[in-house]
Amino acid sequence: MIRGRSGSLLVTIFVLAISAVWLAASPGSAGQTAGRTVASDTRRDAGLAAWDQVYSVLTHPRCINCHTATNYPQQGDDRHRHFANVVRGPDGFGVAGLSCATCHQATNANSTGAPGSHNWHLAPLSMAWQDRDDRPLSSAQLCRVLTDRSKNHGMDGPALLKHHAEDELVGWAWEPGLDITGAQRTLPPLSRPEFADATRQWVEAGMPCPSGR
Amino acid sequence: MDTYQLTVNGQQRTVTADPGTPLLWVLREELKMTGTKYGCGVAACGACTVHVAGVATRSCIVPVSMIGDRPIVTIEAIGDDRVGKAVQDAWVAHDVVQCGYCQSGQIMSAVALLKSKAQPSERNIDESMGGNLCRCGTYPRIREAIKTAAQQLK
Repeated sequence: MIRGRSGSLLVTIFVLAISAVWLAASPGSAGQTAGRTVASDTRRDAGLAAWDQVYSVLTHPRCINCHTATNYPQQGDDRHRHFANVVRGPDGFGVAGLSCATCHQATNANSTGAPGSHNWHLAPLSMAWQDRDDRPLSSAQLCRVLTDRSKNHGMDGPALLKHHAEDELVGWAWEPGLDITGAQRTLPPLSRPEFADATRQWVEAGMPCPSGR
Repeated sequence: MDTYQLTVNGQQRTVTADPGTPLLWVLREELKMTGTKYGCGVAACGACTVHVAGVATRSCIVPVSMIGDRPIVTIEAIGDDRVGKAVQDAWVAHDVVQCGYCQSGQIMSAVALLKSKAQPSERNIDESMGGNLCRCGTYPRIREAIKTAAQQLK
C-alpha cells in the first residue's frame, strides 16, 4: 500500500510538472493573458481619455445647439430657444415661409450677425445630444448615441472621423463669426485639428464608451 | 462700395452699396421700393420678408453681397404671381389689414407657404407664419385668408 501510494504521488508530481511546463510555454499562458489584459486596458483608457476631449467639443453650444431633442434649435452660449418661433420642420430645415435659409446664408453675415454655412440645418432627432429638457446627455449616453449606427446615418469610426475632421457645417463651429452685437462667438474648447486628432485616437482605440448612465 | 447686378421683380437693377448693407436698405433706399418694411432689423418680426430664389427671406439681415444671381421678388410684384394674386385677393376679402405695417411681410410668408403646401393644415399655418408678428393682432383673419386662398387655388 505504501509503495502504491508513493507511486501515485510520483505520477501526480510528474503530471503537474509537465502541465506547468506546458502552461508556461503555451500561447494562452496566464502571464501573457495578463499582459494582453493590461495592454487592452491601457488602450481603452487612452480611448476614453480621447473621448473626454471629443465630448467636451460635442457639448459646446456651437455644436449642441443644433443637436436638440426638441422641435426647435437653440442659440447663444446659454442655449436658449431660437427666437422668432423657428421650428425644426419635417427634415430639419425649418418650414416653408420660415426655413433655415430664411436667414442663414452660405457664409456668416458679420455685418448683421446672422451666422451661416453650407447646408445650414438641424441634426436629425436620432442624433439628439440633449434630453427633452434641453440638458446635454451624459458622457456615457452621448457616446452610445454617437456610436449607434442605427441612429447616426450608418457612420462607422472612419466615417465619424471624416465627419468631425472635414464636414463643412461642423467646421462652422470654429469659424462662427460675429453675433448681432458684433462680438465674436465663442469657440469649442479644442481647435478643429485637436478635435480631429482626439476623434482619431478614440476611433483607433475601438470607440470605447464610458460605463454607467 | 461695390456694384451689384440684381434681378428684382424680373428686372435687372444695378446698385452700388457697401457689401454688408442689408438687402432691405438697398430695396428701400437705393431702388425706392418701400413696400418692404423695416420692423425690428434683427429678423425677429418678419416685416422685411421678400423672396430670394423663391425662399422667404428676411431682407434686414441678408447682406446685398450674398444675393448673387438669385432673383428677388418683393411685395410690389407678388400680385403678378398666381398664388400671390390669390393671397392678395383673400387678404382683401377678409379685410385682414388693420394698421398694415406688417402685412407685406405676412403676405410674402403666406405665399411661400402656399407654394410649398397647397392645402396647409392649421399646424402648417401656425409654424410657417409664426415668425411674422402683428401688433394689431390680425392673426385670426390672416389664418382665414390663407385658407380661402388655398381653396381658390384648388
